[in-house]
Amino acid sequence: MAMKQNYMIIDVAKCHDCNNCFLACQDEHAENDWAPYQAPMPRHGHRWMDILRHERGQNDRIDVAFLPKPCLQCENPPCAKGGDFVSVREDGIVVFDLKAGKGKDISGSCPYGAIWWNAAEQVSQKCDFCAHLLDDASWEPGIPRCVHTCPTGAMAFVSEEAAAFAKRVEAEGLAAYKPETVAKPHVWYKNLHRYTKNFVAGQVLKGGDVAPDVVVTLKGADSTAQLVSDMFGEFRFDGLSDGEYALAAEGKELAKVKVAGTSVDAGDFEI
Amino acid sequence: MSDKRKLVRKSQMTTGGPCWVYVDEEENKIVRITPIDLTDEDAPSYKIEAHGRTFSPPRKSTMTPITAASKSYVHTDKRLLYPLKRIGFDPKGERNQELRGTPQPGGDPNYPGYERISWDEALDMVADEITYCKREVGPGSVVIECSSHHTWGLVNYRHSLLPRFMNTIGASMVDHNPDSWDGWHWGAIHTWGHSARLGIAEQTDGYVDCIQNCEMIVWWSSDPETTGGIYGGFESTVRRQWLQELGVKFIFIDPHYNHTNALCGGKWFSPQLGTDAALAAAIAYVWITEGTYDKDYVATHTHGFDEWTKYILGETDGVPKTPDWAAAECNLKAHDIRALAREWAKHRTMLAAGGKGGWGGCCRSPIGMDWSRMMVALIAMQGLGKPGVGIYTTTEGAPVDSDFYFPGYADGGIGGDPENSAAAFALAPRLFAHGTGNHPTGTNIVTAAGAHLDRLLLPESILDGHAEWSGRGFVGASIEQQFHRYHYPADGYAKMHLFYKYGGSQIGTMGSTNRYVKMYRTKNLPMVVSQSIWFEGETKFADVILPACTNFERWDVSEWASNSGYNPDSHNQANHRFIVLQEKCVEPLGESKSDYHIFWDVCKRLGLGEVFSDGKDTLDWCEAIYNVSDMPSKMSWDEFKEKKYYIVPVDNKAPDAPPYRWFYEDRPQDTRGWISHQKPSETIGCKGLQTQSGKIEFVSNSLKRFGHHDTDDKERPLMPMYLESWEGHHSERFKDYPLAVVSPHPRFSFHTMGDAKDSFLNDVKDHRVKVDGHDYWIFRMNEADAKERGIKDGDLIRAYNERGSVVFCCRITKRVPKGTCHCYESCAEYDPLGTPGESTDRAGCINMLTPARTLSKYATGMTTEHCLVQVEKWNGR
Repeated sequence: MAMKQNYMIIDVAKCHDCNNCFLACQDEHAENDWAPYQAPMPRHGHRWMDILRHERGQNDRIDVAFLPKPCLQCENPPCAKGGDFVSVREDGIVVFDLKAGKGKDISGSCPYGAIWWNAAEQVSQKCDFCAHLLDDASWEPGIPRCVHTCPTGAMAFVSEEAAAFAKRVEAEGLAAYKPETVAKPHVWYKNLHRYTKNFVAGQVLKGGDVAPDVVVTLKGADSTAQLVSDMFGEFRFDGLSDGEYALAAEGKELAKVKVAGTSVDAGDFEI
Repeated sequence: MSDKRKLVRKSQMTTGGPCWVYVDEEENKIVRITPIDLTDEDAPSYKIEAHGRTFSPPRKSTMTPITAASKSYVHTDKRLLYPLKRIGFDPKGERNQELRGTPQPGGDPNYPGYERISWDEALDMVADEITYCKREVGPGSVVIECSSHHTWGLVNYRHSLLPRFMNTIGASMVDHNPDSWDGWHWGAIHTWGHSARLGIAEQTDGYVDCIQNCEMIVWWSSDPETTGGIYGGFESTVRRQWLQELGVKFIFIDPHYNHTNALCGGKWFSPQLGTDAALAAAIAYVWITEGTYDKDYVATHTHGFDEWTKYILGETDGVPKTPDWAAAECNLKAHDIRALAREWAKHRTMLAAGGKGGWGGCCRSPIGMDWSRMMVALIAMQGLGKPGVGIYTTTEGAPVDSDFYFPGYADGGIGGDPENSAAAFALAPRLFAHGTGNHPTGTNIVTAAGAHLDRLLLPESILDGHAEWSGRGFVGASIEQQFHRYHYPADGYAKMHLFYKYGGSQIGTMGSTNRYVKMYRTKNLPMVVSQSIWFEGETKFADVILPACTNFERWDVSEWASNSGYNPDSHNQANHRFIVLQEKCVEPLGESKSDYHIFWDVCKRLGLGEVFSDGKDTLDWCEAIYNVSDMPSKMSWDEFKEKKYYIVPVDNKAPDAPPYRWFYEDRPQDTRGWISHQKPSETIGCKGLQTQSGKIEFVSNSLKRFGHHDTDDKERPLMPMYLESWEGHHSERFKDYPLAVVSPHPRFSFHTMGDAKDSFLNDVKDHRVKVDGHDYWIFRMNEADAKERGIKDGDLIRAYNERGSVVFCCRITKRVPKGTCHCYESCAEYDPLGTPGESTDRAGCINMLTPARTLSKYATGMTTEHCLVQVEKWNGR
């Protein structure tokens, strides 16, 4: 029977940067010795849970997304090239052997920047899904500290067989951060487009007043999207890749919009 | 190694939620702090039926980031571990007051400028000075000033322990202005009464009405994901998520694209600072001119609407308050304002004004009184109390059983003070054989007839020797009481001689706070004692420092989020009523002691130890309070000590009494909870509001009676109006200081709790930024404003005006428009680069730059929510 694997699912749309995950991680690890799992994390400076921020848009049509990023627990961990003290447990957690890793700084080996060098302890360190707790039957919550302390439901911890999880990825529309790295991570994201893609927004007006319920079309090189303006006559096409787009409403072209790495407030349009 | 380390799990309560505390007793160290998962043994959670669905909250407590980081400010090098005396201070000789805040050489390396003394020496110095004050100076000369919030617990909280101490030794106190409630307290009270709630709206049982009936919420100066109703952690987050799942539309009005807006989405209006009342007036203009307000309700439930209508239409001042007019005032688009007004009128809309049905945000600004009154005016026009229509913010009003009695911190605890707490209503009569009245003994000195100081005017009181103001502290007994004049020194009382600081953070939380620094450095203040936990900020101005411990190091008992008093039934911020034993998790660090033990020791020195303690230690008091609550009907004290917490079962009564339904239906008030009710004497047949007309007053009878509205109280006209802010874009100051900074309640510190102290919070990217080894406070700017000044993201900058100068780290963000900046208040440290009180601070105290001016001559409220500054790149030194 295949071994159950540990996964983390993080919903970017439900994270508002409260930092409870980051602080729970500091609380668990800073100045706490969990040998043989982990040496004490320094009081300051490490971010085993690193919360990345991304603001999009212009003027009053903006949004902000946060991407909490722990070690992604890769199935093919690039950090393994850094030394033989890196291994993948049967449950999918990537661990560093404390003794064998002494003196070995592999913080540069991670394409996600998730490994930190602890100069005082002379070890490379990173998130291990709180393995010392998962292995401890007396730890009642049974999940990593960050997930347990998250107040918005942005984080979930899942233990299931790889095949079941693959189905979940499909069903829930989960995405991997930096998929080009092909390291097969065990941390997956919902609504990742809020962090990695862009939007085109704007507003339609009729006779100087906002125009709700207007069908607005956005035509790209090989796709067309449609939506209905909201009660402020506003529309927002999200999840866009870079490229040139044409905005239209009621058979009239409103504007040509270029998305090049940033989201665009196309403005207000009298139609 | 984990299997080598034996951990004991203990229970605690904090300002930001209950928690389990895992302790290594051998090392006397907290190892971890977690939320509490409920078990099957605990009472079932509430269930709400709405739109064919059933909603029930997660069976786990939430906690704020400040609570999550607690361990790091319990165990920190910034803790005070033994008593200290300032070098240069000789209680029997030269006191060198002017050197306070300037550390003299030769001190303790851990506490520059101070030398270690024994507890005996420290207590002698304090007791000798109290004796001197009593015998040589006279009543009124010993003055205590505490922080707004304290470490949690019914015994050790300041409303409990402090009055007991003051009444034992005969000290007076610095009265606290109703900070965070200011505009509602001094303004909205005159529109709809509610003095017993300091002017804010009923919230009890609001959620069920909201989820069943409301279609839209306008969040106006409201960021519940940051302030959580004050103590509710993230309990209300799920309540907002349910509303969104049901399709309730959210609109946000806030100069800053706040964290609730960021999480929930929804249209963002960012009015120019100081112009919110103009936006409100324009909404009313649309409703009046398009006839989309509830005319029947206005006719039967309000007073003075016709006169106000004339103002809105411009008939009295020649300025129709049109959306186009407001768009220019507020820097918004007129078509968006019209759409907002029309959608609001079309939908059953909750106005989420402020942090908890009022409170916080814009109400603390120069236009706070008019904004708060405008909020009441708008919701009156749409029928306050109609299903789904009210001033409600989701942070309170969870459907829990508020009839089950367990006291909150404002119920007076072991002090029983009927004038400075809500003790007389329930707890004192239950707890004390001789009923209400001060405990252990009454003194007039802390009553209305006693000696007084007002916190906002404290520097002037000390430096100039006199001050005059209206209203004593939180004025809740009646509308008119806030007009009562006070002065310092009170007739026949001595001036302050011994200033006893009990925690506190005025430099971080008041306005123009260089004033407070200057106050400390005057000969007019012969001695300053500070009873504090950390060596930081204001503590470093004391002559003698008494090291207190945290709540994690002493016993107590309490309920989550329960203040009671002016904030009735606030336990309903949490999704479960959590009554918790606050265990002494670790022994007090170093030589620090609990506040109870320090006060007890001082009393012992004065021969009043027995009087103070009544022979009881902290845990005895916990048991005594527990036993007069409704808890013994559920479990004995001993059982509770085993179980450590209790979840009060729900009673499913909520739908009967939503906020203001009684007012809408012209019935006697039926709001649940013992303290929410109007005084019958202020009503006819227990119906109607507390105002003279019993209605919502667009024209305030109380202000008319007061009679200063057209002479020297012009900031508070009879009606809610848009007055140009004296700290806004029309003011003279705007020419020199063209950037408006909003400085709301902070996200990563609670007042000053959690900030600095070498805590984990310093590493939160949105709280402080480390530059060259120093953790700088963040100042948020729009890219255009930064560019004009040659400033890049991450640069150190200096913000300044004529009040002061502060260094920050710049964060460039889209979350404020051009011209508006954002910088949280409540920095814990003070780090002057030159002469204290006269030089640049680099700790990040924005309140150095905020106004000292009160709301008006007769409205002693603070106006620190925004200020005008200029900003430049800072190149150090």
